[in-house]
Amino acid sequence: MPDLPTGTRRLTIAEALREAVAEEMRRDESVFLIGEDIGVEGGFGGAFGVYLGLTDEFGHERIIDTPISEKAIAGAAVGAALMGLRPIADMQYSDFLFECMDELVNQAAKMRLMSGGRLRVPLVMRAPVGASVRGAQHGQSPESYFAHVPGLKVVCVSDAYHAKGLLKSAVRDENPVLFFEHKLLYGTKGREQAGGLDLTAEVPEEEYLFPIGQAVVKRPGDDVTLVATHVSLYRCLAVAEALASEGIGCEVIDPLTLLPLDADTLWTSVRKTGRLVIVHEDTLTGGWGAEVAARAADECLYELEAPIKRVAALDVPIPYAPVLEQAVVPSVERIEAAVREVCG
Amino acid sequence: MQRESPQPAVLLELYRAMLLIRRFEERVYYLFLEGEIPGTLHQCQGQEAVAVGVCDALETSDWITSTHRPHGHALAKGVSPRAAMAELYGKETGCCRGRGGSMHLGDPDVGMLPAIAIVGGGNTVVTGLGLAFKLGRTGQVAACFFGEGATNEGAFHEGLNFAAVQRLPVVFVCENNLYGASTSWERVSLVPSVADRAGAYGVKGEAVDGMDVVAVRQAASAAIAAARGGEGPTLLECRTYRFVGHSRSDARGYRTREEEEEWKLSDPIVRLREQLLEDGIAEAALEAVGGEVDAVLDDAVEFARSSPDPDPAELLADAYA
Repeated sequence: MPDLPTGTRRLTIAEALREAVAEEMRRDESVFLIGEDIGVEGGFGGAFGVYLGLTDEFGHERIIDTPISEKAIAGAAVGAALMGLRPIADMQYSDFLFECMDELVNQAAKMRLMSGGRLRVPLVMRAPVGASVRGAQHGQSPESYFAHVPGLKVVCVSDAYHAKGLLKSAVRDENPVLFFEHKLLYGTKGREQAGGLDLTAEVPEEEYLFPIGQAVVKRPGDDVTLVATHVSLYRCLAVAEALASEGIGCEVIDPLTLLPLDADTLWTSVRKTGRLVIVHEDTLTGGWGAEVAARAADECLYELEAPIKRVAALDVPIPYAPVLEQAVVPSVERIEAAVREVCG
Repeated sequence: MQRESPQPAVLLELYRAMLLIRRFEERVYYLFLEGEIPGTLHQCQGQEAVAVGVCDALETSDWITSTHRPHGHALAKGVSPRAAMAELYGKETGCCRGRGGSMHLGDPDVGMLPAIAIVGGGNTVVTGLGLAFKLGRTGQVAACFFGEGATNEGAFHEGLNFAAVQRLPVVFVCENNLYGASTSWERVSLVPSVADRAGAYGVKGEAVDGMDVVAVRQAASAAIAAARGGEGPTLLECRTYRFVGHSRSDARGYRTREEEEEWKLSDPIVRLREQLLEDGIAEAALEAVGGEVDAVLDDAVEFARSSPDPDPAELLADAYA
């Protein structure tokens, strides 16, 4: 993380996202919100409360509550973006993105090329991912589907600082950006005291942007590169901490943007450590880790000292029972075992 | 609605616009068979009155979305015949620089998105156009063309309902040509009239003779005025018929030659021609229009033939802005 200016506070991801939205809406009147249950008085401020209070400042004309119509949400965002507005569209759960695959994959991603480069589609689609004991249709991490689509950009944020800086960059980007957040990371203050994960991060008072397409090294190390997003990132950091006492140095990287991938940061690290473990809560087969692994083999094969490992959700739909769900997603134990295997 | 007939000068321009589409399509079909135009074609002979009647009622600053069968919409909205023809040839001078092709004709300068070739795809995107016009208080209107087959897509329902509850300045124009590819409307809907579906969304629905350009133009004008005035969308069903197959390889075995001949008696161009003659326009004047249209198309074909291919080296630059 860059050096922080003096005026900083600790914010949750939800608070940081809310600030990003409000700042961008104040800065540019072409920015508006569209989605389900986002601005209703007495409602939720979005499924995870990110927009709470914003209607008071911006009103219902710029915070548009829609019918339960994901195709209409995405289609309206595409059309408005084509006309020069900058919509921030909201999917309550990323699982619902499959309802509007046509609008995202056939329309948003392709309009620029189909128009011969004459049109642009500057929209943001926010979508929460991740297993959180909600079962098979509210717990997926479908970012890899979209990382396969030329014309889209795909961002995954894991902390408040980068969430804010990247959302502001996404709003200003001239292309459609899919913005994935993990449901377990929105965070509430005080969990640290309660012994849980501290889900707040320092966020400057001053305005800042963080660029799309740039990864960050969350923890330096010399022996193995761990690349992970969302909750898996924190599990990797826990593994890195545990293994440090044994003299195994894990370099943990948050790619932040899956499309376009920050290859320079990744391969610089892999060339240094000679080992690569990729961890994601998306399922294994065809997940974005496969793309990273293939490209790493292409770029760095002769500098590798061990096979590339992927630790991912098992290739099954997400089950409900907590004991089953935890068996599906990458655990600290599975990550640690993979690291030990490549370092053995 | 009482049918109001415009001045002969207006009718003559409607005639010219429809004839341009008809002869463009006939020329394109020939050039396709000759192997000059690649890919496939979805042509609109017979449906010209819908494209022309609606687009004539729109302002240039208004927008349309179109379908996999967009040639008529494009010409009617003002895409130049040169740019449309060059696009079919896949040339750099095409309206989409050869990246779009037959199914994605469009031109932002005349208010036409690249045509959306996913059935129903435009029915949600058009709401975003309407939203932008409403939020920006621009006074513009967006018209969405789609076939009757699209009205069984989820997108039709989501788009129409959202446009209705938001009172968006949008007109939904259904070109009911009775067949979705080979499947007849009566096989896929127990509701005989598409316009009746408007009632489910609390908006006005109207069915109009889509072979009568004057009737289409009149109904479209009313719907456009309502949209511009903040009254929200209208579902306008234009009953029409495509005189040709669904696409280049369609032998039309799913409908009878008798049915086709009967519909050809309602040919919108022949009908308007007869009215013009009745109104006292000289036959020579109509022939002159035909000659002018042919000259425009000669020029368009020559332009397309002589234009450069796109450069593959520039291709990757077009995926992202």
